[in-house]
Amino acid sequence: MITITNLTKRFEDFEALSKLDMNVKKGSIYGLVGTNGAGKTTVIKHVTGVLRGDSGEVMIDGEPVYNNVSEKKRIGYVQDELYFLGNYSFKEMGRFYKNIYKTFNEDRFKEMVNNFDLDLNLKLSRFSKGMQKQAAFILTLCTMPDYLILDEPIDGLDPIIRKLVWKYIVKDVAEREMTVLVSSHNLREMEDICDSIGIISKGRMIIERDLDELKSDIHKVQAAFKDEGIEKEVLKDLKVVHKERRGSVGLYIIRDKKEKVEKAFKDTNPVIFDMLPLSLEEIFIYEMGGGEDEIEAILS
Amino acid sequence: MFQLDTKSRRTIYQQVVDNVKELILSGVLKEEEQLPSVRELSKLLTVNPNTVLKAYRELEYEGYVYSTVGQGTFVQKRQKGKVDEELLFNGRQSLENGIKELLYAGLSEEDTLKEVNIILEKFRKGTGSK
Repeated sequence: MITITNLTKRFEDFEALSKLDMNVKKGSIYGLVGTNGAGKTTVIKHVTGVLRGDSGEVMIDGEPVYNNVSEKKRIGYVQDELYFLGNYSFKEMGRFYKNIYKTFNEDRFKEMVNNFDLDLNLKLSRFSKGMQKQAAFILTLCTMPDYLILDEPIDGLDPIIRKLVWKYIVKDVAEREMTVLVSSHNLREMEDICDSIGIISKGRMIIERDLDELKSDIHKVQAAFKDEGIEKEVLKDLKVVHKERRGSVGLYIIRDKKEKVEKAFKDTNPVIFDMLPLSLEEIFIYEMGGGEDEIEAILS
Repeated sequence: MFQLDTKSRRTIYQQVVDNVKELILSGVLKEEEQLPSVRELSKLLTVNPNTVLKAYRELEYEGYVYSTVGQGTFVQKRQKGKVDEELLFNGRQSLENGIKELLYAGLSEEDTLKEVNIILEKFRKGTGSK
């Protein structure tokens, strides 16, 4: 479990993180989403113990991370800007990792190199950007981390490789209950794989939610009634977040249990009744009630 | 037999739930048959295991499956005479729409009833199930 409480970090005059809270449950895949410059990488650098906050706490399983070797060796971290030792081939880099991480799994290394179809004898500096990212991912995952931290991991990877990367991640989450923290500026990309999402903006956590719960308790309803008066009666007991009319058809955003919403409407025999799921985009816009510009930026 | 549509607006969670229900209702998954484990299914579909777990819990809550500790998840026996409210509701709705269309197409009430009987006859012979 990763717990950040009240974390503030200043770089000279600039407040990069302000009183940020974050909770990542064990065995969860957590998506940290925000626009460029929102503070994603700064958060990650605190979780991995690279940076030290000015105030607040960063804990992994109840232990502070900063300068804590025993916690840090359980973390696998793939940075956005990669760094490899100069002149090293992929094979040599593997050997280097093996010397540092006692947990390094050589069989898996061979298998993954094979599946990703990379050349072990080629120098890493001659790898393309996407290939370097794959190499870093393979090396990290072979250390069998309890916590896998990925900073913009899918940047520059093609769809087939992306799928393969997720496959390995899901496998480890399923089999070893690995916890994953992954950052991205694209909410849609995260929607399919994460179970929790945190959105940060200007160094603050704006919203942090379980994704399935978020999606199952909010609904878009289109309905038309025989009689104008019925509408009021129906909406009386429901939590209506948003309401608009298009001709005789009403459009409602309602935050309530699906069954309850369905029953309330259907009991009145509406002329038209449609219940549509909301896209994540719409949910966040309604949840946050404003700040649409920022939401749009991470959705585009 | 399990399939996801990543372009669908339905959540992955909902898709897994519906998928299993369909497989049970169509008889592909038989009573007392074991479902793939959460791990297996999540790997098979490349889906977050937590999502699969939640879907299985929902299915158990709705009475489609049951799970035994250490053994896995199994398809629940259909209780005779017990009617699933949601299925009933949806079925009625589809029937109503179907009949509306037949009437709109110009069939008389009598002919519409004949159509319904033809369908029932098909099921009686056991050829109607897809």
